[in-house]
Amino acid sequence: MTPTDFSTHPRPLLTIRPSSGWAAIDLREMWHFRDLFLTLAERDVKVRYKQTALGAVWVIIQPLLSAGVLSFVFGSVAKLEAPGKIPYFLFAFAGTLAFSSVFSSTLTRVTNSMVGNQQLVSKVYFPRLILPFSTTSSTLLDFIVGLGMFMVLLLVYWQLPGANVLLMPVCVVVLLMLALGAGLMATAIAVSYRDVIHILPVATQFLLYASPVAYAVAEVPDQYLLLFYLNPLTSVLEAFRWSVFGVGEVPWGWFGYSAAVAVGLLIIGAFSFRRMERRFADVI
Amino acid sequence: MSSSPLAVRARDVGKMYTIVHNAQKEETLYAALSNRLRHPFRRAEKERFWALRDISFDIREGEVVGFIGKNGAGKSTLLKVLSRITEPTTGEIDLYGRVGSLLEVGTGFHPELTGRENIYLNGGILGMGRREIDRHFDEIVDFAGTEKFLDTPVKRYSSGMYVRLAFAVAAHLNPEILIIDEVLSVGDADFQKKCLGKMHDVAASGRTVLFVSHNMTAVLNLCTRAVLLAGGRMVADGNTADVVSRYLDDGQEYGVFRPDRGQRDGDRRVSIENFGITPNPPNTGEAVDLVFDLVRSEKDTTPVTVDLAVEFLADQNRVLQVYSAHVGATFPVAVGRTRITATVDMLPLTPGNYTIDLWVGVGDTGIDHIRDCYSLNVLPGCLSDGVFVDNRGSPVVAPSAWRGPEPQPPMQLSR
Repeated sequence: MTPTDFSTHPRPLLTIRPSSGWAAIDLREMWHFRDLFLTLAERDVKVRYKQTALGAVWVIIQPLLSAGVLSFVFGSVAKLEAPGKIPYFLFAFAGTLAFSSVFSSTLTRVTNSMVGNQQLVSKVYFPRLILPFSTTSSTLLDFIVGLGMFMVLLLVYWQLPGANVLLMPVCVVVLLMLALGAGLMATAIAVSYRDVIHILPVATQFLLYASPVAYAVAEVPDQYLLLFYLNPLTSVLEAFRWSVFGVGEVPWGWFGYSAAVAVGLLIIGAFSFRRMERRFADVI
Repeated sequence: MSSSPLAVRARDVGKMYTIVHNAQKEETLYAALSNRLRHPFRRAEKERFWALRDISFDIREGEVVGFIGKNGAGKSTLLKVLSRITEPTTGEIDLYGRVGSLLEVGTGFHPELTGRENIYLNGGILGMGRREIDRHFDEIVDFAGTEKFLDTPVKRYSSGMYVRLAFAVAAHLNPEILIIDEVLSVGDADFQKKCLGKMHDVAASGRTVLFVSHNMTAVLNLCTRAVLLAGGRMVADGNTADVVSRYLDDGQEYGVFRPDRGQRDGDRRVSIENFGITPNPPNTGEAVDLVFDLVRSEKDTTPVTVDLAVEFLADQNRVLQVYSAHVGATFPVAVGRTRITATVDMLPLTPGNYTIDLWVGVGDTGIDHIRDCYSLNVLPGCLSDGVFVDNRGSPVVAPSAWRGPEPQPPMQLSR
């Protein structure tokens, strides 16, 4: 055999070798696959309401129905009062919008993103992080539609938000980071243990009642308050409603705590995902 | 060819999987936890399984290399490692160009989406940018021949249309190194021809192609070089025709007496020199001759009268015996060479592979007993006119005559 001539190709374009330990997130590669990111996000949106009579209207109906039920149970049956004489329905809708449309739907979809796409994971290469991220962007679209509905409701009830509303995007980002961080860990574990997928609905249901989604923190007895605020969702949900209605107050300390938890969770989630990623195609 | 630049270089590539043995697996969470607590440092017993081992090769630009081997030889694992779907456990692979891999036709096709939407989705998944797909869109649709159904969800496509569309997208991939796994096994003959033509074009355009297939004709037609894998290792690498014929021989050699292969006992006063079955290969239900060529050494002059037996085995299990003593036949064997033939009127074996043990003996004593010395491949045939027999779980079948329905006295109902 003739000696290999390296002059024309001094360096390989890519070298595949076994990796170990913690891997960094390769942002350049993610950027290279941006078209796939968009295509997959588009697919998630398009597929969701195919072959339904009402189509995208479900994006609006779902939060309306759950806010209706919650305001009936908490407002009319349990006779709780929303702070500052806000109509209970509107109060519950704000909570549902933040909790369901942002947090729990992101968490659920991100958790299912690997197992739900196993055909892709085992047959083609792409940075696996694309899947959870693209699915997150599709839930964001649902949130924006829900937000439009919320603005209509605010106009109908004539509850116009003030400058506080500038905090709302921050709340949404914190909620997204919490959901994404937890979801990344969950989806990586779900590749080996599908148990995660069964626990998930129970967990989100639990969080729906254990967090102040349909009631105000003011209703919580003092001895449980610390426990409540340890749940990073609590202060963010309070802040979300404060940003719209301007009532109650934001526990800034706890809000900072939630933001820190969110950042930490996202970093841990992303790195543990990267760590487990290399086994995905073998195990899924 | 050896002067063109490198495209792929693999060095000592290995891929190991660990298999946890079932016996070691704890059934309940309680058992798992209590075991952990009692033996905190004991690790579960795992078996290591190397799906690939010591794979090294250089592939140069413009080479079309076929990877062949039996199922489980490691071909698909190798392609998965090369296309980065899974990581190697050992070794290194250098890629000197953009890689596109096609391990499945229609990866990521979503049944609810239309043909148009799926072209973009599948193209994106295979690594094409949107503009690249825009540019090739008309060619893709043209190649697939599905323009009428572009806005129909692909779940309503016939399977042929589905495959055509999927392959059309893949065929317009433009990487420098193309990795293809067994995609020609789908679609009708016409379409396969079209695909082969397309692959010819790809190969002719000077791109590097790595191709896995069980279709030896396709490999012979397309590839300039072939690599034979067995048990995760490279067994042969070179000229396509040589490697393909090596692969075809490598399996069982059917219809040939191979006394050296199995175990042989007996004093061999009379020994089996050759054995054959005619016709070769036989068909189910057909009359076959089992032919022994015996040889008796000159020095020995004591008279020997022998019995002969042929034992058929399917998956190491004895399934059929043809024995001269069962029909009261014995044969005196004189010094020199003798031919003895047994005729079976209807071969009662279903189509498939069998191995044969041969026995020559006197009474119960074997004088030449050779195990596993002949591989038999039985072809489909009929026990009765025009009805082909297949293996429905039993390798041995008997011809039978059926009658009825015959009216029977009514059932007596008693309390």
